[in-house]
Amino acid sequence: MSEISAKPTAPGGSGDVLVVGGGLVGLSLALALGGAGLRVTVVDRERPAAAADDRFDGRASAIAWGSSRVLRAVGLWQALDRHAQPIRDIRVSDGDSRLFLHYDHREVRLGDAGEAPPLGYIVENRFIRRALYAAVAARPEITLLAPAELLKLDREAGHVSATLADGRRLRAALAIACDGAESPQRAAAGIGVVRWRYEQAGIVCSISHQEPHHGVAHERFLGAGPFAVLPLPDGEDGTHRSSIVWTERADLAPAMLKLSDGEFAAEIEQRFGPHLGRIAVAGPRWSYPLGLLHAERYVAHRLALAGDAAHRIHPIAGQGLNLGLRDVASLAECIVDAARLGLDIGSAGALERYERWRRVDSLMLVGVTDGLNRLFSTDLAPVRLARDIGLGVVNALPPLKRLFMRHAMGMVGDLPRLVRGEAL
Amino acid sequence: MTLSGLAPDSAADAAPGLSVDPEEVRRFAAIAAEWWDPHGKFRPLHRLNPLRLAYIRDRLCAHFARDAKRPRPLQGLRLLDVGCGGGLIAEPLTRLGAQVTAIDASATNIGVARSHGSESGLDVDYRHAAAETLVAQGEQFDAVLALEVVEHVADLDEFAAACAALVRPGGALIFATLNRTPQSFLLAIVGAEYVLRWLPVGTHEWRKFVRPSELGAALRRRGADIRDLTGMSYSPIADSWRLGRDLAVNYLAFAVKG
Repeated sequence: MSEISAKPTAPGGSGDVLVVGGGLVGLSLALALGGAGLRVTVVDRERPAAAADDRFDGRASAIAWGSSRVLRAVGLWQALDRHAQPIRDIRVSDGDSRLFLHYDHREVRLGDAGEAPPLGYIVENRFIRRALYAAVAARPEITLLAPAELLKLDREAGHVSATLADGRRLRAALAIACDGAESPQRAAAGIGVVRWRYEQAGIVCSISHQEPHHGVAHERFLGAGPFAVLPLPDGEDGTHRSSIVWTERADLAPAMLKLSDGEFAAEIEQRFGPHLGRIAVAGPRWSYPLGLLHAERYVAHRLALAGDAAHRIHPIAGQGLNLGLRDVASLAECIVDAARLGLDIGSAGALERYERWRRVDSLMLVGVTDGLNRLFSTDLAPVRLARDIGLGVVNALPPLKRLFMRHAMGMVGDLPRLVRGEAL
Repeated sequence: MTLSGLAPDSAADAAPGLSVDPEEVRRFAAIAAEWWDPHGKFRPLHRLNPLRLAYIRDRLCAHFARDAKRPRPLQGLRLLDVGCGGGLIAEPLTRLGAQVTAIDASATNIGVARSHGSESGLDVDYRHAAAETLVAQGEQFDAVLALEVVEHVADLDEFAAACAALVRPGGALIFATLNRTPQSFLLAIVGAEYVLRWLPVGTHEWRKFVRPSELGAALRRRGADIRDLTGMSYSPIADSWRLGRDLAVNYLAFAVKG
């Protein structure tokens, strides 16, 4: 397995897998594969120190229960645990109407012990990045080349060979593109996408607030789109903190970003109400354009797509990174299973299993998140009535609600070993 | 579905090739591409291959006390693959660390397997030879594999004798073949050859199929005992194979030489 490419080593080195893109998904995948004994090289444009900086990525990620098990299995959770806020309740409300859907983690029990795990966690991306860099550096099987630019990737009959801008050449049995929604490798492989933009921007920032959040995540549907307040761990000084994910009309977002901290906090209070007491903005604000993207194929000759390179969805259900981590778990399983049978890990057999496994799940979430966004980002009275009835019905039917909750926890379907909490 | 005898065989082909000319090499490369195309003519074999490999790996790891989850678990073992075809089993076992000698009665197959092996950068010792030739040379291996071969040999007893002679005492033998049952007649001959056209008509001769008891008896006469019999059955709905207890059509046998 660790000797899959037995041909003479090209200058720059050879390994089993070349991961293009060292973001959250790329590095998690490298850890999963490296942990199983495969030799992995990751090429990324960013300087790690810059990417782990507080100002690089202001987002926080919802990590569903299933995804947290993947991070545990690849050895990342120990470093993340103290930065992870368990989500115990999710409350969904529609504008000013009183109807809301309430997910309480005690309603879903898993396993023989009947434990009721948290529904998931909220973790700031900067902590995930730092933990990933540390874990990758500790694994001799993984080589992280960053900052480095990939000039050319040749996918030959029996291997892939990559040329970096500094002249280094790399060789592997398989390349995996984790290079984001605009994936250059996806384009180079001629894989088309289905995509559209939402006329919405996602405004993101951290806030501090007077009252504790008790591990409750709120999602409130306003005319411009969903407005989420996600609980973060208390600061070291005991400050109560939350992360805001605020979907706003794309044309209004720039003005919101220009407001003073005080005005901005007032806008948040006006949208969210008084539940958390006085609110103050903590740190910078970011705005991201929102869009939907789905690759027409997830694999090509000696190439697989994972994470945003394969699919990008609306943040309405907090499932973007979870989808990426499920890619990681499935793809790592397909590759490791093939390697342990002595099969060529870049061959069509191994890759097609991954594509069959992931496409349906991803497509479903792409569709569901798009539908939810359309359903909830409107003020039309009949639509509001219909969706309020819908929320009420789900809330009143425990089995249906539990199914939705298990979906949100990432515990539905044909689960990869890493999601089930097993070793690869 | 059943499998075996997919190798492009012809009488002319069986003559040992003394030299390799560039035209031959090109021809082999073309056929190799066909052998190794998971969607091509050998698709059934590719679908079956992971299952056969899992069985071989797990049996060998258990017998030789190796950990199948570690890299190169078969390191240090000398294996012989009898009737290797394009190398679909020999290459993976080489990646798992084994030192593999692979023989085939067809010169084309050996040319194809060599061509693909060098493209994969794998060092497999391919030889255009019959098992009996290696016996005469006094070769011995830690394990001998004969997959989808037994049902094509002229004399089962002689073939089993040759295989057993090629294994060192304490070594292992693994066979994959077709049972002689009404089910295999329907599936292998009528189904796979006439209805589904997975295999060329005339690939199989049902009367030459081998019952596990017959294989066991032939091996026992040469000092080897069957320790495990496992069925391979095909599910048309899932389009996949699985291991199980149903030996009626395709089965695997694991034997140990005393």
